[in-house]
Amino acid sequence: MNETVLAMTLAAAVAAGTPLALAAIGELITERAGILNLGVEGMMLLGAVTTFLVSLATGSPWIGMAAGALAGAGLSAAHAFLTITLRANQIVSGLALVIFGTGLSTFLGRPVEGMPLPRESRLPRMNIQLLQDLPLLGRVLFQQDVVVYGTWVIAALTAFYLFRTRPGLSLRAVGESPATADVMGLRVNTIRYVHTLVGGLLGGGAGAYLMLARVPAWSQAATTNGIGFIAIALVVFASWRPWRALLGALIFGLALRANFALQAAGVTFIPAEFLAMTPYLLTILVLIALSFSDLRRRAGAPEALGVPYAREER
Amino acid sequence: MRRLTRYVALLAVGGLLLVACEADEPEDVVDPDEVEEPDEVEEPEEEPEEEPEEAEEPDDVPWAGYEGGEDGVLRVAYVYVGPVGDAGWTYSHDQGRQALEEAMGDQVETTYLESVEEGAPAERVFEDLAREGYHLIFGTSFGFMDSMAAVAPDFPETVFEHASGYTKLDNMGNYFGAMEEPRYLSGMAAASVSETGQLGYVAAFPIPEVIRGINAFALGAQEVDPDATVEVVWTSTWFGPEIELEAAESLLDRGVDVLAQHQDTPAPGQAAEERDAHWVGYHSDMSEFAADAWLTAPVWDWTDYYVETAEMVWDGTWEPREVYASMADGMVQLADYGPAVDDDTQAMVDDRAQDIIDGTFAPFTGPLYDQDGELRVEEDVEMTLEELLNMEWFVEGVIGEPGE
Repeated sequence: MNETVLAMTLAAAVAAGTPLALAAIGELITERAGILNLGVEGMMLLGAVTTFLVSLATGSPWIGMAAGALAGAGLSAAHAFLTITLRANQIVSGLALVIFGTGLSTFLGRPVEGMPLPRESRLPRMNIQLLQDLPLLGRVLFQQDVVVYGTWVIAALTAFYLFRTRPGLSLRAVGESPATADVMGLRVNTIRYVHTLVGGLLGGGAGAYLMLARVPAWSQAATTNGIGFIAIALVVFASWRPWRALLGALIFGLALRANFALQAAGVTFIPAEFLAMTPYLLTILVLIALSFSDLRRRAGAPEALGVPYAREER
Repeated sequence: MRRLTRYVALLAVGGLLLVACEADEPEDVVDPDEVEEPDEVEEPEEEPEEEPEEAEEPDDVPWAGYEGGEDGVLRVAYVYVGPVGDAGWTYSHDQGRQALEEAMGDQVETTYLESVEEGAPAERVFEDLAREGYHLIFGTSFGFMDSMAAVAPDFPETVFEHASGYTKLDNMGNYFGAMEEPRYLSGMAAASVSETGQLGYVAAFPIPEVIRGINAFALGAQEVDPDATVEVVWTSTWFGPEIELEAAESLLDRGVDVLAQHQDTPAPGQAAEERDAHWVGYHSDMSEFAADAWLTAPVWDWTDYYVETAEMVWDGTWEPREVYASMADGMVQLADYGPAVDDDTQAMVDDRAQDIIDGTFAPFTGPLYDQDGELRVEEDVEMTLEELLNMEWFVEGVIGEPGE
């Protein structure tokens, strides 16, 4: 593999990892509030189809993207209502969200199933002056589209928010011990609602990006390909830290791309089918490893993750 | 090839019979009760032209024949594996369905089910359709074959037609086309346009049908540029826009400047257009999705087959067939050229196309060497249909593994 092929493969991995990073950071924010939302796949699908329909109607990828993110937030609002207000089981609600999101997006996308998005309503590439001329790194990192850069900014902002600001501290407190946070005078339910919605916004945005930059045609069955579930595993893999999520997304992105890059490079001693399943295999391994509770605690899981909070049962 | 010509002959005879029948009675007057009779009487007429052994089989348990709907309308159902909007395989079948409606007008009523999952769901769909009284059911995915074969015996009055498979029952026929012919031609166009001689192929699954297509494409390319290579990447999808885009980009990263594909989406074309490379589509004219990259494509035209089959069922002359139709039959064709294909190339490819239609040229004619340089087909020997349908090796100049 010569240098240009390597650079192009890495650049593609960065792009392929971006929706994963967006969804994972969204899920990370939600989980930091102690809410487990397994419905990422559903939010991404709904975000993707909404983006497709709105971009097609308006001709603007940006309006489409905003609509897609809002659709994701809308779906997560349902999850928030069920799990925070009604204190339903978060896992059941999250899985219901996947099924509902898949069904709804199939329904909405029926008339346009298989239809590609016109070129004008796809995201343009935006090269960064000066930096794009760097050897290797320039091609890999600085000849991408604006959402890729936006994702890095979002990762940085999230890290700053979580660890360097007072609301971030409150958020972490709610995720670790809602009872204590409540005693401190924090409004547990409000904080949980807000961060679940932000998670949905990013999940929908991830679907929107997938539609606008990666997937050339709407297809219910072949748009997200399980990326929503990989994102959930990625949060664990990243031990609930934004920068690690970004890095992890790159690794998963590379795994998603490696299949074809290696095949094209004539590396044939690994079967294509095996390469195609690597990202999913990684996901399962991560989830198994983290299913041991002490390992999970050491990795930094929010203590109250998945536990509904009821003041009167304190 | 002998079998192929036999089918063609059968087709021709069937067509003649049709014409004869139609001349007698205007469509509207067809009385459903009358139609069932000719079925057995006419069959012997067809046979003298063929070797009798095989053609006689259906005689033992003849297909019961179309008895007409209560309102004298032939009800035809199509079961698709993908969405009709895929611009590919399913789209091409749906174009055929619409053409059938147009051709037969009030005589037929068609319906379709899209994105039907293979396996148990498909079996249920076929059973429901048969029970609902559809007279003729087309299933257009290889994976539907066993489901159709399982349902067909329970509904002897219903005609089942399966695309791309090999099962033949008393009331189930199969049909497919010699896509390697236009594939070869598209390879010629690709090599003419390519500057590097490096062609790429976004391939679906390592099965003979796909391998045959890749080999035909490579041989066509090598007729123009003997040093042309075809790099193959497997996606393990029939329809997966993102995966196919990734695969296409990986090939372009390698310096490939013309892409060909086997899947149903125009994704490779979109990738090619993005990089100012060129693209040979598949299934249908996909030029609108990447007009600058577009060269041409091997495409399907099911119209004649669907009209002919429906008319046979209508007339009661239908019997199970195994059809492998060629460019001469029109089932497989080469799509219109894009602006990147110059006049000389067009003329050259068109000449070759004429040779194929006339039967003076077959893509898989020796000497053919495999990837290791070993002689697989002797000089001037044509590969048989049997060999083509079981092809599992790549010709010289193809870079990749023909299956794991």
